[in-house]
Amino acid sequence: MTNSQRLSSGGLIDRGKPLSFRFDGKTYRGFAGDTLASALLANGVKLVGRSFKYHRPRGIFTTGAEEPNALITLRSGARREPNTKATTVELYGGLEATSQNCWPSLDFDLQAVNQLFAPLFVGGFYYKTFMWPAAFWEKVYEPLIRRAAGLGAASGLPDPDRYEHATAYCDVLIIGAGPAGLSAALAAGRAGARVILCEEDFRLGGRLLADHYQIDGETGTQWAEQAEAELTALPEVRIFRRTSVFGVYDGGVYGALERVADHLPQPPVHQPRQRVWQIVARRAITAMGALERPIVFGGNDRPGVMLASALRAYVNRFAVAPGRVALFTTTDDGWKTAEDLIRAEIPIEIVIDPRANVAEWLMKPIARAGTRILLDAVVTDTKGGRSLQAIEVLKSGSKLTFDVDTLAVSGGFNPQIGLSTHLGGRPRWSDEIGAFVPGELPSGMAVAGAAAGQYKLAECLAKGAACGAVAATDLGFSASAQPAPRVADEAIEVKPLWHVAQSRHKAFVDLQNDVTSKDVEIAHREGFRAVEHLKRYTTLGMATDQGKTSNINGHALMADLVGRAVAEVGTTRTRPPHVPIAIGALAGPHVGAHFKPTRYPAGHEWALANGASMVDAGQWHRPRWFTKPGEKDWLESVTREAKTVRAAVGVCDVSTLGKIDIQGRDAGIFLDRVYVNMFSSLAVGKARYGLMLREDGFVLDDGTTARLASDHYVMSTTTGNAAKVMQHLEFCHQVHWPELDVAMVSVTEQWTQYAVAGPKARVLLQNLLGDALDLSNEAFPYMACVEFTWANVPMRLFRLSFSGELAYEIAVPADYGEALLRELMRAGASLGVAPYGTEALGVLRIEKGHVSVGELNGQTTAADLGLGRMLSTKKDFIGRVLARRPALTDPERPTLAGFKPVDSAQRLRSGAHFVPLGITPSVENGEGYMTSVAFSPHVGSWIGLGLIKRGPARIGERVRAYDPVRGGDVEVEICSPVFVDPEGARLHV
Amino acid sequence: MRIPCPFCGLRDSSEFVTIGEASMSRPPADAPEAQIFDYVYLRDNPAGVNQELWYHAQGCRSWLKVARDTRTHEIESAVLARGGAQ
Repeated sequence: MTNSQRLSSGGLIDRGKPLSFRFDGKTYRGFAGDTLASALLANGVKLVGRSFKYHRPRGIFTTGAEEPNALITLRSGARREPNTKATTVELYGGLEATSQNCWPSLDFDLQAVNQLFAPLFVGGFYYKTFMWPAAFWEKVYEPLIRRAAGLGAASGLPDPDRYEHATAYCDVLIIGAGPAGLSAALAAGRAGARVILCEEDFRLGGRLLADHYQIDGETGTQWAEQAEAELTALPEVRIFRRTSVFGVYDGGVYGALERVADHLPQPPVHQPRQRVWQIVARRAITAMGALERPIVFGGNDRPGVMLASALRAYVNRFAVAPGRVALFTTTDDGWKTAEDLIRAEIPIEIVIDPRANVAEWLMKPIARAGTRILLDAVVTDTKGGRSLQAIEVLKSGSKLTFDVDTLAVSGGFNPQIGLSTHLGGRPRWSDEIGAFVPGELPSGMAVAGAAAGQYKLAECLAKGAACGAVAATDLGFSASAQPAPRVADEAIEVKPLWHVAQSRHKAFVDLQNDVTSKDVEIAHREGFRAVEHLKRYTTLGMATDQGKTSNINGHALMADLVGRAVAEVGTTRTRPPHVPIAIGALAGPHVGAHFKPTRYPAGHEWALANGASMVDAGQWHRPRWFTKPGEKDWLESVTREAKTVRAAVGVCDVSTLGKIDIQGRDAGIFLDRVYVNMFSSLAVGKARYGLMLREDGFVLDDGTTARLASDHYVMSTTTGNAAKVMQHLEFCHQVHWPELDVAMVSVTEQWTQYAVAGPKARVLLQNLLGDALDLSNEAFPYMACVEFTWANVPMRLFRLSFSGELAYEIAVPADYGEALLRELMRAGASLGVAPYGTEALGVLRIEKGHVSVGELNGQTTAADLGLGRMLSTKKDFIGRVLARRPALTDPERPTLAGFKPVDSAQRLRSGAHFVPLGITPSVENGEGYMTSVAFSPHVGSWIGLGLIKRGPARIGERVRAYDPVRGGDVEVEICSPVFVDPEGARLHV
Repeated sequence: MRIPCPFCGLRDSSEFVTIGEASMSRPPADAPEAQIFDYVYLRDNPAGVNQELWYHAQGCRSWLKVARDTRTHEIESAVLARGGAQ
């Protein structure tokens, strides 16, 4: 079967470029310039899918993105793309498509029996039928319904293709390259404006390609080609083909999807499949045209029933030859279809128009060709199996039957108003054209042509050019007036016919969702009368076509039922995206490892080479532990690392902690105001632990800040809060105290910093630095800091300890980071030095009762953490007043304490809740929770830090650490949070 | 939405962070607690032009006072919160 339904000449297909493709396993042939839909029709394939609920046979209904029926699965394997509209798929050689929602086959679908149970599937059936028992929903009903009523299936495999994001700027964005859009682009482009012209189709021209027009003595297609050539030559004009503008956003921002490689078997090397554009436009002109709407009558869904303008496009543009055709039109435009069929020598049996009067000059050429014309008549029903075989017509009370296989239907046109409503604009009803037109428009947007209800070609060309000229002139370009092109006048009258009341069979309002006129009646009867309720109750206007052919008919039916005008009933609000966009395209390149930036400290490669297992800490990759040969599990490695620090010396990369350089005459005063404790009194060459609150009195962050000079501090923050603290400091300075002479900058990535911790830390540094510094306890005591140069490298040394041991932190510019790490390991080799990761760091700090992420959780006060005495009473600081509120100072608040299992073999888990012994655990009985746990080599068991009511007063008491989620229930003893060296003697050696 | 940063020009709102209304300034240290409570928690949330604080986190790191219409998202002005030359 090859092109049995193809005209021998004409159309915009390239007969010199035949393309072979497969549909449901059968091979067919089309031509370059075809869509999948036109190629299927040319091959006589009428049945292309089964409907959503009733599994009724369905065919191709439209030519574009409004297609409700012809949803197919394109490609196979990982590139399988379900629910693709055959009408928007550009044909390519080797294309592979399959029908969906049918089993076992398209021709013989067992679930078509659903039609017999149609009463079950009426509007609201989901809500009514499967109410009870509730437990059945998830397990029984939903899977059943999903299998029966469904669309295509995703491949379930990772998408092998790439998707890009890009931004473009222009003076005038023109959406749609039909006559209005091309005119607008020419006017704005000739004036010198930067123009972007977006066209969904692969060819510019819109209806000029589908209708027989004469413009200045040329065909519409020729005129479009010349316009395209001129636009291409204009240096400031860009043409985006295969590009759908899908959304309008604030400030002149438009979202557009460019289908870069959808028309190819697979994307060329280095090309994405699709590209999402953010187009920033000073002005926009939407010229998206209008969509024809069907008429609701019995069996109006049978394959062979098609919109009249679509049939005309298939004949004129794609040279498809339908068989025996009837036309059912209530518009003047519909008669053009009859005229064009006759011109193409395709017999048209009959034209049925419900109107009593139709312009004589429209009818004359049709009648002359021998076509029967019935005025004041309606099509009530259709007959046929898998495709249309006959129609039933009612004329003056008598029923007539005509054998036809194609029925073209024209019920009027709906301007594409979608984009005009994305920012909340309400459409306006026009009685003149019997449709909604754009109302209040987003700032900077104009609408031209059929999208504005201007249906005559002359109007499209004139209004398009006017809009383009106005946009350019507004922006300071000078547009010169051009003579209006000469075109013939057209008849555009329409008398809306929403529903053929005499129909006996199911009359579909929404073909995609199988919503019938009866469903609208049910919604009305049951009180779902507002159009937004009607939509949700019946699913009218949902899914991939978003009701582009069905909404207005449904709303008009409801208007009839409630006895009001369509204008009063209104229409549903449309939101972006205007056409379906793949989630993959919206995600763009931000997938997998590219989801967020990955930051590597300078010692990353060294760490990997030395057995490090990595952990994500914020955006950073940090070594979690270092596995030595022979170690069985992480706990063994972590325990060894912690022991090494307590007994000898360890080195840990602490570069990921936030580092903020703060300079200026008032830097000390500034720090006094953001920290709860004093920093202006800190001596140069000293560091101090600081605590920051939020203005509401809760703890924001902590860290050590060192004073390098009288006007120079360097602050450290926790790894996760670095950006938040930076933002907070900038806020405090710029908004609260701009008069302070202070400036700050993040230097986290500029400095690499290592902790050198353990009783042999000093020896290690002496081995490294030699006589460069006097590191004796007297010369460089606990909390000292110094800037110096060693081997021509600027360095900073701080005597800080997170582990509770004698410890230092040494910093160098990041370029020297890895070199310093190697030097440190070399200098410590004879001392038994070991690198340690975040797990051992955690063990060491928990053993010392230092707070970290688990405790600084945004819900704790300074007093909760045992740090209440740090709050200065001598100055104001952020959070001072609200931290004193009764609820924040309540002695019953959970407060930091240490915890040990009574049975030392038992494991603790953070997140466990504390409940008193001998009481049934409940939310009311909860006394707090475990915030951090570790296996402590020093104690010889698991230990924990946690927040428990009146913690410090209850040392020695036993409670349950209850963790039902992970099956934990451990009796623990409350103890001091400091498990190691409570006097702090080790810090000062 | 696009915000006219005095330093960086018209930039996409995704580069900014907002903390909402900017109508009140931080009360002095001796202000009564109730006034500080209002400052921390209470917002007018007008339907209309709202003075807001926006931080150009992925730009110049300036805090801006932005006059934005909450109904239309139209931005009337954006100035540096710290004041001074614009």
